[in-house]
Amino acid sequence: MLGWELPPHNSGGLGTACYQLCKALAKKDLDIEFILPYQADHGINFMNITAAHPQGVSEVIRSGIAYDSYKYIKDDGSVEWVGIYEQQRLYEEAVASIVGEKEFDIVHAHDWLTFKAALRVKRIKNCPIILHVHSIESDRAGNNPGNPLVREIEELALHMADRVIAVSRHTKNAIVKEYGVPADKIEVVHNSIEPGDLSPLDDSNAYQYLTMMKSLGYRVVVNIGRLTIQKGLPNLLYAAKTVIEHAPRTLFLIVGSGEQYYELIEQAAGLGIGDKVLFTDFQRGKTWRDAYAIGDLFVMPSVSEPFGLTPLEAIGYGTPALVSKQSGVSEVLRNCLKVDFWDINEMANQIAAVVQNDSLRDELLANSSQEYNQLSWDMASDKVESLYRSHAVGTA
Amino acid sequence: MKKAIVLYLHVHQPYRIRHYTVFDSGLNHNYFDASYQAQESNERILKKVAEKSYLPTNARLLKLLRKHPDFKISLSITGTVIEQLEKWSPDALQSFKDLCNTGQVELVAETYHHSLAFFYSRAEFEMQVDMHRRKIQEVFGQTPQVFRNTELAYNNDLAIWADRAGYKGILTEGWDPILEWRSPNFVYRPTYTNQLRLLMKNYKLSDDIAFRFGDSEWAEWPLTADKFSHWLSEDKDATNFNLFMDYETFGEHQWKESGIFDFLDHLPKEWLSNEDHTFMSVSEVIDSFEPVGQIDVSKTITWADTERDLSAWIGNAMQDNSIHALYALQDKVIGTNDLELIEDWRRLQTSDHFYYMCTKWFNDGDIHAYFSPYETPYEAYINFMNAFRDVQYRLAEKGVDV
Repeated sequence: MLGWELPPHNSGGLGTACYQLCKALAKKDLDIEFILPYQADHGINFMNITAAHPQGVSEVIRSGIAYDSYKYIKDDGSVEWVGIYEQQRLYEEAVASIVGEKEFDIVHAHDWLTFKAALRVKRIKNCPIILHVHSIESDRAGNNPGNPLVREIEELALHMADRVIAVSRHTKNAIVKEYGVPADKIEVVHNSIEPGDLSPLDDSNAYQYLTMMKSLGYRVVVNIGRLTIQKGLPNLLYAAKTVIEHAPRTLFLIVGSGEQYYELIEQAAGLGIGDKVLFTDFQRGKTWRDAYAIGDLFVMPSVSEPFGLTPLEAIGYGTPALVSKQSGVSEVLRNCLKVDFWDINEMANQIAAVVQNDSLRDELLANSSQEYNQLSWDMASDKVESLYRSHAVGTA
Repeated sequence: MKKAIVLYLHVHQPYRIRHYTVFDSGLNHNYFDASYQAQESNERILKKVAEKSYLPTNARLLKLLRKHPDFKISLSITGTVIEQLEKWSPDALQSFKDLCNTGQVELVAETYHHSLAFFYSRAEFEMQVDMHRRKIQEVFGQTPQVFRNTELAYNNDLAIWADRAGYKGILTEGWDPILEWRSPNFVYRPTYTNQLRLLMKNYKLSDDIAFRFGDSEWAEWPLTADKFSHWLSEDKDATNFNLFMDYETFGEHQWKESGIFDFLDHLPKEWLSNEDHTFMSVSEVIDSFEPVGQIDVSKTITWADTERDLSAWIGNAMQDNSIHALYALQDKVIGTNDLELIEDWRRLQTSDHFYYMCTKWFNDGDIHAYFSPYETPYEAYINFMNAFRDVQYRLAEKGVDV
């Protein structure tokens, strides 16, 4: 398997999805070798993890988010920062040089950063490749075309692949529309969540102010995610303005960082709701969990969300969700509110309904919790395993 | 009558807000207590400014006042800086008292908290002016006769207020669109007032010292006391040259290395070498000259930026939002009678907090960046709003509906 990140060194959902999928697949008596571009201790024992170092490099250190430069420490001790395209190329070379000695039946690669490496392996070993699409460039660019260099890699690789996995119908449709890949070559395998894997809450919430305000009858709407164009936060703030006009005791908690951070702060102030919108910057650990828990409603207003794990995490922490229809998770989660990302009035209407009606909130939560507790990655791994068996040559 | 230099210096330090997060709101009420090493540590900054500016400048001023009985200065000192001097630099506070004891220094009235309360709450504004007057009486034994509003923010309404409150004079910017063909170098009378007199800053001459002095790119650099006195004496008709600036010009905005202290050392002697020249305090100049005309200011002006308006404080949405949110709590906060809570709410009114949120870049941005302890205006806004939320929290704790 070719991947770009794994927890705890992941920058987002990609690493978590790879980890959970592999963990579920490992239960099926499959041997997985996961090749990463960097060296790290993951505490994972259900598969082999190999770091693909380019020649002459002793260590690769990740920094920040997936698209940042990596630090390459060379054998002679010198240090070089490498940009994303160059990393992708180096990864391809490194993978090509290590697969020669290895035996395997199938190559499963996750997202564009690993796709060229997968094509290279196909050429060397003539083995089938399955490309797993967690997001495509137009998702990340918020429905704009995005970066043409990335598009070129995605288009070429997806056409060359033996099989494509999309994390949702939404993503499958996007692949067909953007790249003209035949629909019957694309299998939808939805992401999922392992309810037992969420770290538990403790008995005090870090958001003291919000706790107090809730006791005074305020209600809290939460969003957690990167503050980037794909996530659709400006629409949530426009909706917030309307909600606050009707239900003044509503507070909005925006957790995350990203290139829209300052823009969103100014937008909230410009709408005259600066005192009702709290920005916390990026959080992890307890303050991240407590943000889910403090909410009365979690809203994911994404413009384009291939899957979207955060609403499921919110439910896991006791907060029902409103998700945009332009998300993969809306295909699997029944007991949640759904709205088109562009329909600000309807978004406001639904938020206002929940914050003004605790029994609606509680009913949504009770039902979505039931649904949540039945979720697991086993269904995903079953589908992936059968894809492997239909493509692999020489497997038992 | 002799021509007078009216040197007026403004002394102020705010209580800067520390890095204060949403997780502090409700938990820690110490918004103003940054760790000593932090950028926004009030104690560290106060001590630095005392050492670089207040102490060396006052030492010189005291010598000059003793040497030249005709040398006069006017000072406004905010309540928030007096408190900080009391706590962290009693020596510097004593040096201000020593200046006042010469009898050649006049203190000017203003709001205790250096706030923009006049534009948001008349009752709160009057309370802060009263607090300031009492503090000045207690610490310096003087009762101010002349008023200056925060940032020299001024309009006709303020003049009417000051006239009724019994002040003899008021200060503002000598802004060209207001003065039109007239010169700032005279005493004026605000429209709609009777007894009040208006002194308008000569910003060209003031900024030669306050902003341009250390700029080696400036065509007039280096500026000497001799050259400066010569410029002033070229205006044959003028009665008074209103040089208004931040006190911290001396040693802090203009560093010692720029030669600013030498300039100060030589200015009284150079100017007074002509027997038709003198210095006057703000009251003296008002008592000495009849007003030459009326000044009408219907829209608020200030002494800041190229716009000379309040846009550096309330020009963007973050500033507008946060200041309105703060004043909206007035009745609730005052109603608690909790002196600590009321004082924290007042410290949040200090105009500097809103100045740090300013997003005007380019020409003005340089100076904003220089005066802000925060990396970005957004950081300033977030800290402020979290402190605001803590005030809300403390009200809620007392059972006040928020």
